[in-house]
Amino acid sequence: MILLQLMLQFAKTGLFSVGGGLATLPFLYEMSDATGWFSHADIADMIAVSESTPGAIGINMSTYAGFRTAGLAGGILASLGLAFPSVVIILIIARILHKFRDSKLVEATFYGLRPASIAMITAAGLNVARIALFDLDAYARTGALTDLFVWKALILAALIFIGQQKLKWHPVAFIALSAVVGILFKF
Amino acid sequence: MKELLDLYWTFVKIGLVTFGGGYAMLPILERELATKRDWTTLDELRDYFSIGQCTPGVIALNVSTFIGEKRMGIKGALAATTGFLTGPIAIILVIAAFLKNFAQLEVIQHAFAGIRVCVCVLIVQAVRRLWKKSVVDPFTMGLYLAVFALNVFSGRLPVRIPAAALVILSGLSGIAVTMLRNARKADRKGGDAA
Repeated sequence: MILLQLMLQFAKTGLFSVGGGLATLPFLYEMSDATGWFSHADIADMIAVSESTPGAIGINMSTYAGFRTAGLAGGILASLGLAFPSVVIILIIARILHKFRDSKLVEATFYGLRPASIAMITAAGLNVARIALFDLDAYARTGALTDLFVWKALILAALIFIGQQKLKWHPVAFIALSAVVGILFKF
Repeated sequence: MKELLDLYWTFVKIGLVTFGGGYAMLPILERELATKRDWTTLDELRDYFSIGQCTPGVIALNVSTFIGEKRMGIKGALAATTGFLTGPIAIILVIAAFLKNFAQLEVIQHAFAGIRVCVCVLIVQAVRRLWKKSVVDPFTMGLYLAVFALNVFSGRLPVRIPAAALVILSGLSGIAVTMLRNARKADRKGGDAA
């Protein structure tokens, strides 16, 4: 019974949170209040864990809450519950796309969607950069422009950028290398 | 069956290295699915991301479902999606069961501060690659700047505009501008004939 409830609650979250990642947060707080399966502090912890593991916060939270509430099966079923609605919706859209791939209307829609999509990707990148490359706290404290930048992070970013142009490495190699550099140079 | 397993396994690998909310996965997807295998193209990937942003659920998952469906229909969609989920679920189960203070460990914090730097660069690269075929004229340039500004300054606006609304409005404006242009073209042709 609890397994079914877990699946349903997270399916609801998956259905109504549009825009990925942080869009699930309001639903998670609501669920915390309604069911007591996890506390607000658990959610804060999970944001930190999600930042330091692969995968989206919605998936991570469902796995965590499911496991805490009903063990291994709970963790897996809650995550599948979260994924289920979007899988169904995407399947339907994919079918429609196949049919109307060459239609003028679809092409006109994408003409507007594409720049918007890239703008959102740019904004997301800026959000990560704000944490990774800049130290706004130190800048606010001292007011010195040199404190605004995290210099070693900027150097690493420049090196990765050049490396990607010159070397044909897999992106994952750069991710692994950055983790090592982060540990060695205490980022 | 072998193909289905290949699809599943490919997405297990992608799920394990998708840090930073899906967008950084674009270069990895491109490498794994467009360069190494010809399962999709960069253009298609970008369109999947566009749709994934305005449909419910996690963007990275939505893109996985799309590619799986394109490759092998419904069973392909399920294979790709569960493949993508496998790694994150396994990792969180281990953390929930054994590592209470995982995110507070100093080594982990340093490692992920490093990874975040890399994610920035990956996103910049993704934007550069996609730019050429998406921002093609003054209208698309204006739309790009407007959506970017609304996203960046969303915290200072009196009302929060949901991302989905932005995406849907952008699609509609694409249709409107195309229709206006066609109408003008038809006018001109009509004028020539007369």
